[in-house]
Amino acid sequence: MSHLNGSTSGNPSGTGLRLKTGLAEMLKGGVIMDVMNVEQARIAEEAGAVSVMALERVPAMIRAEGGVARMANPKLIKEIMQAVSIPVMAKARIGHFVEAQVLEQLGVDFIDESEVLTPADETYHIDKHAFKTPFVCGARNLGEALRRIAEGAAMIRTKGEPGTGDVVHAVQHMRTMNREIRILTALREEELYNEAKLHGAPYELVRMVAQEGKLPVPNFSAGGIATPADAALMMQLGAETVFVGSGIFMKERATPLDIENDPKERAEAVSRAKAIVIAATHFNEPKIVAEASELVTGTMKGLAAAAIEEAQLMQTRGW
Amino acid sequence: MTSEHLTIGVLAVQGAFEAHAQVLRSLGVNAPLVRLPEDLASLDGLILPGGESTTFLKHLERNNFFAALDTFVRQKPSFGTCAGTILLAKDVRNPVQKSLAVLDATVERNAYGRQIDSTIQETETTLPGGPMEMVYIRAPRIAAVGNDVEVLARRNGDPVLVREGRILAATFHPELSTDRRVHEFFVEMVRREKLAHSATEAHAG
Repeated sequence: MSHLNGSTSGNPSGTGLRLKTGLAEMLKGGVIMDVMNVEQARIAEEAGAVSVMALERVPAMIRAEGGVARMANPKLIKEIMQAVSIPVMAKARIGHFVEAQVLEQLGVDFIDESEVLTPADETYHIDKHAFKTPFVCGARNLGEALRRIAEGAAMIRTKGEPGTGDVVHAVQHMRTMNREIRILTALREEELYNEAKLHGAPYELVRMVAQEGKLPVPNFSAGGIATPADAALMMQLGAETVFVGSGIFMKERATPLDIENDPKERAEAVSRAKAIVIAATHFNEPKIVAEASELVTGTMKGLAAAAIEEAQLMQTRGW
Repeated sequence: MTSEHLTIGVLAVQGAFEAHAQVLRSLGVNAPLVRLPEDLASLDGLILPGGESTTFLKHLERNNFFAALDTFVRQKPSFGTCAGTILLAKDVRNPVQKSLAVLDATVERNAYGRQIDSTIQETETTLPGGPMEMVYIRAPRIAAVGNDVEVLARRNGDPVLVREGRILAATFHPELSTDRRVHEFFVEMVRREKLAHSATEAHAG
């Protein structure tokens, strides 16, 4: 595993970042699921999720309901942390370092500085080196990924377009990042200074990527992944784990499945969760992805990302 | 026989399998990823990596994978780290869960706390070469071991690296350090087992 040595940043020591990326290593080859209550968290764990993201509204609901989306209530996060044995993540608004301080205080295992929530700062992201808790951040391209890593992110994920069930932007972001990485590996040493300028990223990190041919932290995927085939697609494109947001516990019109009172809807959520977990592990075996896809009952209504107005896009949040 | 002839699989249903495979390859060992029961065939040994043990169990429920693994770890050298150790232990707590029960030990999950309590320590071991760096990530605790279990290192009294016959287990992550001694120790276990096995076969023939 490669890691930063702290020479490029205010990171107190290499030790901190190694522990942070170390947890990300443990999450590889799995599925991280958005959950809005204890019961959903239990279903996720039972289905084989490697981690859950505790939040009050999944992206599909935030998109439908509008308003300001903030960090989840600490009470909810604590209940979920008590209910499951797997790591628990939670989201803070971009730039909202006090929400991050609160999440660290609660003891969440990973903080997602997320574009799904309404940004709190239109210029600065959180100084993630200042925290002992690891951070994951979204990125659409290599420059954005390296800026977040320079700020202390221990994991990068594609942004995609959250809450749509449309994987097109996650694909685009993953392809863009990997193409930009491959280009760096072919350039000459003296050409890298200009690349750093073009990407708007620190030279040391650009050089590291050019040498290693990969990001210095694990690279996961999120944003619109809704089916077992979507998960396998992102894994084949190079994602090391997938986040599934609205794809498991939602039905049409941005309404959560009634897992507590309706056995049929509960079974539907369980089947989706299990199927995506199987597909993320056996992403290279079409026969198994086919079997997993067959397990799924019901479908999540998709919102084509192309039909969303520019101002409503979440992926353009973050700088 | 050289290590080039050794094949040590890495259980890759989920977790830090790639980091283990890289270390094995750097030691000149073939390191195929094991995602299906049939992948266990023709391996000389197996590493069960860190990750989420609940997720591992979910994957092992399918296609009789658990039974195949159960047979394998009773016949060939197997090395568990973190979640892999949980899978090998006889008694798992917090919560109680199913395991292969091939290592006579009681293991408590997440016993040292959450990610914020993850740590890197320098610890003495019985392996030559001085203190070893040990990376602990949401580590389990080995609370008790049976009489036949050899303790190779302790953290504040708790065993962190143990061996019982063909089974080696660590609660830390040697694959996340540059120190190769634990992997070298396991490769040597695999080599000796293979030699002993082929000697027995030659004798029988």
